[in-house]
Amino acid sequence: MSTDREFGFHTRSVHAGSRPEPTTGARALPIYQTTSYVFEDPESAAAYFNLQEYGNTYSRIMNPTVAALEERIANLEGGVGAVCFASGMAAQTAAFFTLLDPGDHVVSSAALYGGTISQLKHLFRKLSVELSFVDPDDLDGWRAAVRPNTKLLFAETIGNPGGNVLDIEAVAGIAHDHGAPLMVDNTFATPFLCRPMSWGADIVVYSATKFLGGHGTSIGGAVVDSGEFDWSNGRFPVVAEPSNAYHGLAFHETFGAYGYLMKLRAETLRDLGAAMSPFNAFLFAQGIETLPLRMRKHVENAAALADHLSRHDKVLQVSYPGLSDSTYAPLVDKYLPDGPGAVFCFDLAGGREDGQKFIRALNLFSHLANVGDAKSLVIHPATTTHRQLSDAELAAAGIGPGTIRLSVGIEDAEDLIWDLERGLAAIG
Amino acid sequence: MELTAFQDPRIVRAALDERRIAIVGLSANELRASHFVGFYLKRHGYEIVPVNPRETSILGHECYPSLTDIPGPVGVVDVFRTPDAVPDIARQALAIGARYLWLQFGVISQEGIEIAKEGGIDVIVDRCLKIEHARHVGRMHWLGFNTEVISAERRRPV
Repeated sequence: MSTDREFGFHTRSVHAGSRPEPTTGARALPIYQTTSYVFEDPESAAAYFNLQEYGNTYSRIMNPTVAALEERIANLEGGVGAVCFASGMAAQTAAFFTLLDPGDHVVSSAALYGGTISQLKHLFRKLSVELSFVDPDDLDGWRAAVRPNTKLLFAETIGNPGGNVLDIEAVAGIAHDHGAPLMVDNTFATPFLCRPMSWGADIVVYSATKFLGGHGTSIGGAVVDSGEFDWSNGRFPVVAEPSNAYHGLAFHETFGAYGYLMKLRAETLRDLGAAMSPFNAFLFAQGIETLPLRMRKHVENAAALADHLSRHDKVLQVSYPGLSDSTYAPLVDKYLPDGPGAVFCFDLAGGREDGQKFIRALNLFSHLANVGDAKSLVIHPATTTHRQLSDAELAAAGIGPGTIRLSVGIEDAEDLIWDLERGLAAIG
Repeated sequence: MELTAFQDPRIVRAALDERRIAIVGLSANELRASHFVGFYLKRHGYEIVPVNPRETSILGHECYPSLTDIPGPVGVVDVFRTPDAVPDIARQALAIGARYLWLQFGVISQEGIEIAKEGGIDVIVDRCLKIEHARHVGRMHWLGFNTEVISAERRRPV
């Protein structure tokens, strides 16, 4: 029986998007490993391609396993829907591509994942989109950077790796004052710790590769839309006006709150082609079933390790926003009351050389370029993930030569502290 | 105006159980939202009745100039008109004994809602009949939309 109960987060993590398969009764999410779908009749085929009916056509554009994951993410986030992509970077590219035209301007936080900074700088230049980076903590800076052609504000909920916490409500207000949407990368928080849409964000993007999947098995990304932004406010003909790329369809008028996502799928995913594989979608959907359980342990361990390191004499500073003396404490209280995730940095006094000695001496932490795995991970950003950035960009992202980034897993905290002590003992 | 009172899933599902739907403002242009909805409802077995004084036939069905010209009973009156047209449409919906007045995205008229409510019929506001059918009965979940349906019940294939 269908009910009108408002189910809790744990229940929805397990059930949303994945009802029993009607034909066979299979209870686990089936992996629909197929490129394409036989049409019932020619009329149905035409109706699917015309978007007059919801129907499967081709797995570059939609696939039932991927759709189950999309609905699960959208449900947990509180959005009207989601579209998944082959990677977080592909998701972001598509989210930008769908709403921007040449000559538009974007204001972005400067404290971002290094790959995103590179993407914004180089992709936007090639698309003739103007870009301004701002210090995400400086609300006047956001306001001052907005121009008449600004079409988007962009930031991460928790900056990678500096741990800046975004004042989502304030930045969303600045965006909406100018008739522009706010897009937030919520990868580090996940919908369990923060739902940016409930604070006014319009679009949320994810690297599902990280905590959503949670086990370091698959690359993927997602775009979630709140359905609240008014694309017909006169500033977004790219979404509101009849589209040359889809035989004159006006996506916002035709699909209302679902218009941006329909365009993202039927045009952008179709044209850019970075579709998520059904098998990866299965692994992500299974990962999300334990998201709330894992995130609690991730956060508990991260807090214990950050506290331990902050009291260590070989550590200069720890940038975990969950520490009680963090400048972000009020924002954490407001936006991340269950904890500001499990990725943070600390600085060793001896710079680059000490950083390498520390990493070499570790036993449990895996030295690799990823975050958000059940296993604890460590990396030296200045020589790896953020290698393409200038010194000034590194400083803006909160990264020094001796900065070490941890992604704290769900092992026993005592074992992780034992391992960190091995690393610290190896340096001077 | 608080609209959630006019978006109750129980009333939406009951309206979807009706079989004859008059679509006021149904366009003959196949790129307009109203045409999408009419096409979809017809495909899913509803009897649609176009109300459009400027056309004679849309989607293979005879057009009527107004609701009161329609022969026989109507279950749902689905409205794709500007909000100022809604009060008259609500009065006509009452006159022909329709059971539901359904106002599509952006068709928001407090006066129209009150007329229908006082006449004793249920009103659904700022919702799309096609999308709600796809959410509760159809295939909306195939395109990654949040149906908000949580259930371990085995459904019939759609």
